[in-house]
Amino acid sequence: MTGSALLDVLVAVLGGAIRVGTPFLFVSLGECLTEKAGRINLGLEGVLVFSAMAGFGGSYLSGLWWVGVLAAAGSGALIALLHGLVSSLPRVNDIAAGIAIMLLGGGLAFYLGKPLIQPQAVQVPPLPLGDWLGLVPGSAAHAALQVNGLFPIGVALALLMAWALAHTGWGLKVRMVGDSADAARALGTSVTGVRVAATTVGGAIAGLGGASLSLVFPGSWNEALSSGQGLIAVALVIFARWQPVKCLWAALLFGGAGALGPALQSVGVSGYYYLFNAVPYALTLAILVWTCSPTRALQGAPAELGVSR
Amino acid sequence: MSRWHDTAEALALPLLALAGGLGLFGVFVWLQGHDPLQAWALLFRGAFGDSFSLQNTLVRAAPLMLTALAVALPARAGLTIIGGEGALVLGGLACAAVPYAVGLPAGGAGTAVLLLAASLAGAAWIALAGFLRQWRGVNETISSLLLGYVAIALFKHWVEGPLRDPASLNKPSTMPLEESLRIGTVAGTDVHFGLVFGIVACLAAGFWLSLTTHGFATRVVGGNPRAAQLVGLPATALVVTACALGGAAAGLAGGIEVAAVHTSANASLIVGLGYTGILVSFVARHQPLAIIPVAILFGGFLAAGSLLQRRMGLPDASVQVLMGFCFVFILASEAWRGRLRGLFAARRPPVGAAGAPA
Repeated sequence: MTGSALLDVLVAVLGGAIRVGTPFLFVSLGECLTEKAGRINLGLEGVLVFSAMAGFGGSYLSGLWWVGVLAAAGSGALIALLHGLVSSLPRVNDIAAGIAIMLLGGGLAFYLGKPLIQPQAVQVPPLPLGDWLGLVPGSAAHAALQVNGLFPIGVALALLMAWALAHTGWGLKVRMVGDSADAARALGTSVTGVRVAATTVGGAIAGLGGASLSLVFPGSWNEALSSGQGLIAVALVIFARWQPVKCLWAALLFGGAGALGPALQSVGVSGYYYLFNAVPYALTLAILVWTCSPTRALQGAPAELGVSR
Repeated sequence: MSRWHDTAEALALPLLALAGGLGLFGVFVWLQGHDPLQAWALLFRGAFGDSFSLQNTLVRAAPLMLTALAVALPARAGLTIIGGEGALVLGGLACAAVPYAVGLPAGGAGTAVLLLAASLAGAAWIALAGFLRQWRGVNETISSLLLGYVAIALFKHWVEGPLRDPASLNKPSTMPLEESLRIGTVAGTDVHFGLVFGIVACLAAGFWLSLTTHGFATRVVGGNPRAAQLVGLPATALVVTACALGGAAAGLAGGIEVAAVHTSANASLIVGLGYTGILVSFVARHQPLAIIPVAILFGGFLAAGSLLQRRMGLPDASVQVLMGFCFVFILASEAWRGRLRGLFAARRPPVGAAGAPA
């Protein structure tokens, strides 16, 4: 590999950190909110696939990208609401419900999205960071700095969520329900109500991640769109210690890891393409092994959460 | 009497849930402007309508029995493992890769070596998820699914890279297995012997869980970890063993699919049999003996999928939607456990009420 190729890979990885990392960011923020309220929603993988389809369909049918984004968030909320309701039933485990929603969301997306596989939809306009910095159009650095238009929304959401969880009454309720359901009940807060609401809003946020898969360059709708990104994002929340701002850094790190395979392929290193694509999964596993412990609860983990016990 | 009620409820709840899933699927296709009656009829005709469909159903049920065991056995030890797809894929890869490395005896002995390799690969993969849970407290549901994606990446790397048969142009595959190493069909049918493996594995797993001390200890660890700790059961060894057995079953499924159906490892192996196995195990309430009929039912739905596509023009994901609905209903039906029994009991007068003094 020559020096300039190495530079290309570096730039592509940095650009990819935002491009690939944005879906991770939205899903991990959605999951963070859900888990703060004491439930784990593995179904966000299904939410991601379904909302990517719905967002693409909304944009394709209306010709307006923001209709697509709203459709993605709305459908994400609906699917997550189903998870919230099913896991509120007595004796229903939220992890099992998540597996069901994962399969159902994928199935519904592939069924309803069948006619959308060929067409082109209007995409979310990118932020031309490269133009602003005066880079030559067409260069690798310029292309890498065409930043996903939804990414700033994700950053704002991370900051907003961190502030709201710490400083508002709603945030306090969510954290109380997640840390001690008994205390919440004693204060007359509806534990189930707050959890369903947090799961639904979390689904809407994760739905934006779906939109950034299908409506941001080089996005389109196909059946191999998401392969476990939603699940990685769930694991990211553990790594980020349930803090929204840390979710942002974690998502960027994983975005960079996910961009490594395609970046190496673009400069001709292709023999290990599939193995490089597996790096995010292996990295997630390594981080889980490193951060988890069998003997003590994780620092910062909501006490009602099954995953941390 | 109470035992009878329990049994009736254990049968009635899943049946009601499946009926609910099928019903909602009917509504779903009706909303798309299709005839739900035709969809239901095709589902059952495509699954059990004639001897050809029935044989197709049984061929598809065989791997489902084994991938369902990959969920059921860890579940009985208290773990929610959903990485059967990865174990199946690695099993298939191991089965196809062994002939590259060593010379095999022709015939049954060679096939046995292939299937052993497939089982070991699957066992190692799922045991790893169980071990990580016991050793570091890593959530086994997430880790097993992540390991599944890693397994698929390894599979594609080896099949499209070092192990690729240069003759496989459009569809990268490994070298086809020699004729004598393949698994044949049961005399007079198109059903291969993999079905026998599936049924025997379910029976053996049922025997192990219900009638052996080791199986009993595993159920104690799964049902009440605290009690298991108090009586000094080796929880880690039992959990990892249950995971390894489950993984071996899923790996065997991959080996059988390669040796009996595809004859080489290629992308046809990755069709979600591991994911369908999760649903089968949940419907069967993780009971190995119940897995056999449930796997045949869902094998039937998979077999009927192509009929739905051809006759009604439904997308190929129809069966996946149906299974998603069934999964949600099966979980929701748990909420009715005990209440259904109350419903039965309320209908009969309390014992002794007739003879009670007025």
